Amino acid sequence: MTNEFLPPGLALQKADERIMTLNVGPQHPGSGHMRIIVQIDGDYIVACDPDPGYVHRGEEKMAEYRNYITNIPHLERPVIHDSCNVLYPYVLGVEELLGIEVPERAKYVRVICSELNRCIYTMYWLAIYGIFLGHSTMFMWPAGDRELLIDLMEKISGARVTHAHFVPGGVRNDLPPNFEEVCLRQVNYFEKRIREYAAVFYDNPILISRTQDTGVLSREDAIRLGVTGSVLRASGVDYDLRKKEPYDVYEELDVHSNVMKEGDSYARSKIPWLDMLESCNIIKQALEKMPKSGSVRVKLKPNPKGKGFDSVYKRVESGRGSLGCHIVSDGKVEPYRLKLSVGSFRNLIALPYLLKGEKLGNMPSVYWSLNYWPVEADR
Amino acid sequence: MSVIAPDFKFSKFIQSLISDVVWFVLILSLIGFPLIMMILFFIPMPVIDGELLTPFLAFTYLADPSRTLPIVQSFMMTDMFKIMAFPGFGFAALLAAGTIFVERKMLAKLQLRVGPFYCGKFEGILQLMGDGLKLISKEIIIPAKADKPIFWAAPVLFVASAAAFVALIPVAPGWVVADVDMGLLAVFAVIGFFPIVTILSAWSANSKFPFIGGIRALFQMVSFEIPLILSLLGVVMVTGTLNLSEIAASQSSFPWILFLPVGAIVFFITMLAELERIPFDLPEAESEIVAGWLTELSGMMYGLVQLGTYLKLYAFAALFTVLFLGGWNGPMIVPQFPMELVTEGITLGPITAKIGGLEPLLTQLITPEMINGVLMFVLKTVGVIFFILLPRGVFPRIRVDMLLNLGWHKLIGLAFINIFIALALVYAGVLGPGGLQ
Repeated sequence: MTNEFLPPGLALQKADERIMTLNVGPQHPGSGHMRIIVQIDGDYIVACDPDPGYVHRGEEKMAEYRNYITNIPHLERPVIHDSCNVLYPYVLGVEELLGIEVPERAKYVRVICSELNRCIYTMYWLAIYGIFLGHSTMFMWPAGDRELLIDLMEKISGARVTHAHFVPGGVRNDLPPNFEEVCLRQVNYFEKRIREYAAVFYDNPILISRTQDTGVLSREDAIRLGVTGSVLRASGVDYDLRKKEPYDVYEELDVHSNVMKEGDSYARSKIPWLDMLESCNIIKQALEKMPKSGSVRVKLKPNPKGKGFDSVYKRVESGRGSLGCHIVSDGKVEPYRLKLSVGSFRNLIALPYLLKGEKLGNMPSVYWSLNYWPVEADR
Repeated sequence: MSVIAPDFKFSKFIQSLISDVVWFVLILSLIGFPLIMMILFFIPMPVIDGELLTPFLAFTYLADPSRTLPIVQSFMMTDMFKIMAFPGFGFAALLAAGTIFVERKMLAKLQLRVGPFYCGKFEGILQLMGDGLKLISKEIIIPAKADKPIFWAAPVLFVASAAAFVALIPVAPGWVVADVDMGLLAVFAVIGFFPIVTILSAWSANSKFPFIGGIRALFQMVSFEIPLILSLLGVVMVTGTLNLSEIAASQSSFPWILFLPVGAIVFFITMLAELERIPFDLPEAESEIVAGWLTELSGMMYGLVQLGTYLKLYAFAALFTVLFLGGWNGPMIVPQFPMELVTEGITLGPITAKIGGLEPLLTQLITPEMINGVLMFVLKTVGVIFFILLPRGVFPRIRVDMLLNLGWHKLIGLAFINIFIALALVYAGVLGPGGLQ
């Protein structure tokens, strides 16, 4: 049996006295639910082989046995911290398949929920980035400040993480009374709070000297490897789906996409933080422009069906990059095929290129700056 | 933060204390006294005041302070007491335990959380005891291919090295376990043991992550030992002695940190690196190499290494205090004892209460000067420990190449600048023989 048919960890390799093979994960504090096989020569990484797939749950296959409404609660499971954004392309696609027109107020509520969820996810990501660099304060602060926005989402949907709030035809429930006021207050405080992170984390001289010029992804390589989201924008490519392909009401809002030219770990870790500030801005605009009353949901018939053989592809900008959903319908109550195309998996592809020749101490920062979520990549 | 637990009742707390006392007395009287009796029966007894000490007499002494206190006093002057209790292990372990509690609570306040809370009635003060009990009760797992004798010995050696370090620290005038003339050289020798113990433990585990961690620890400790030694030479030049007690005594008018601030800064940074504290915790960097050289240690072996680490932390902070902050010197804040109460006794109407044997103890051993010295020493040491703990909440971890660059390029250069400052001060006649002080 030759090497290419074997799974990564079992492949035969030439023995080399100098090279040590490390299995980083799946039982390792510096990996997610995945394994990175790292070969090191002294302190330098010679080769790196990411091995995802430990949390594969067959979401796509499951979706073929459920109808368009009962698919909602399980399709958000890949990233429970970002559940609204995971459902967003699916809901947009089903609406196009079934030909539903969404009320204006529902579109604004979706944008608010989506931006709140982006912040919730990014705070969790930032907390783990902090502890990966040995900065325990940066682990506790974002994990605590997340609660502000989780409370808001709980007020909207009733659940703290898995909201299942987006449905084809709008959102499940209207906003609670007095929500605009509370939301504005919380978001303002949140914005003030995350600006304080700059002093302790992003302007920290040790952090800057540690992550600058490590794991540099050039603009050409970023385009060639097909990375998305914050990783792409950190390499100097201005590509934000909220601006390039506006969905729902993003074209009526003033969205600024953050771009940095360096393409190193520091830039990749700073872009999500800038995105959070931008999200606060978008939430405030949406709260202002939102129609104060009106329906938020189109009543659907039970067991809605697609019109014959049809397929639709929708994508949105999630916390980890472009998140696409391809739905194929054959006119039955279940989708014929559902494919999720996630940003995490696209970003992971860059890892072996970035880690080659790096020091072992840079592995956690480069790995986690790719904005990768193991569960989402495995689906 | 200082909220009392919801089901807390003061009466219940007192009740539990009383029941504890009852149990203590019961166990002492049923097991403790017979045991003492048996031991005293077999030990050849000395002759005191012309009569042979029998177990019965020894028990009567317990009720007579004028006979007990001289025994206590003579015991306090033995080496055993010094090693086990006061300037040695017990005192250091107590301060180390306090350090762990303060570290956890302070870090918790810094990170906007509560920290240990439920164990012990007040702010989780017994959490450390609970953790210790947990570690003792855990199974010790040894890797199958480990070099077992060395792997077992390494944690014990680690604590032994830390305890040897503690033994060299003078706490108050005359209160030091090992008052050697070459005290500072002995400190360097003991510090040289830690990388050896670390690499022994890491290598004998025969596992990849401990091995990488051990190599990192070796790099770090060996490369920071040179600036450590060089930064302390300035103090030796201005005092002209290597004896730690004499160095501390020489700072009666001003601490050396006023004249040698560069050396103090270099020593503080190298201290952080030797202690493997953040930002220099590379040997235990968890996101890269799990727990570094501690990965395969389990149960009380891990507990021993933690104990050794915190003893080492106390010893380094105490060394900083002795060398740069003036040790036990400081303003006299402890009032004089009312000695006439001890010598004449308290007269309450017809009764005169007087404790014989207390006077020599209070005039020879536990004097106000000694208590004041210990207090000053502890306050300064706790201050230094606080500054050692603080970076953990502020800085991320640095990288190996940055660490070595810092150690070999910057700190050694600064240490030489410090030596030139010390030389200039001595030659200009400001310090040294014939100078100030």
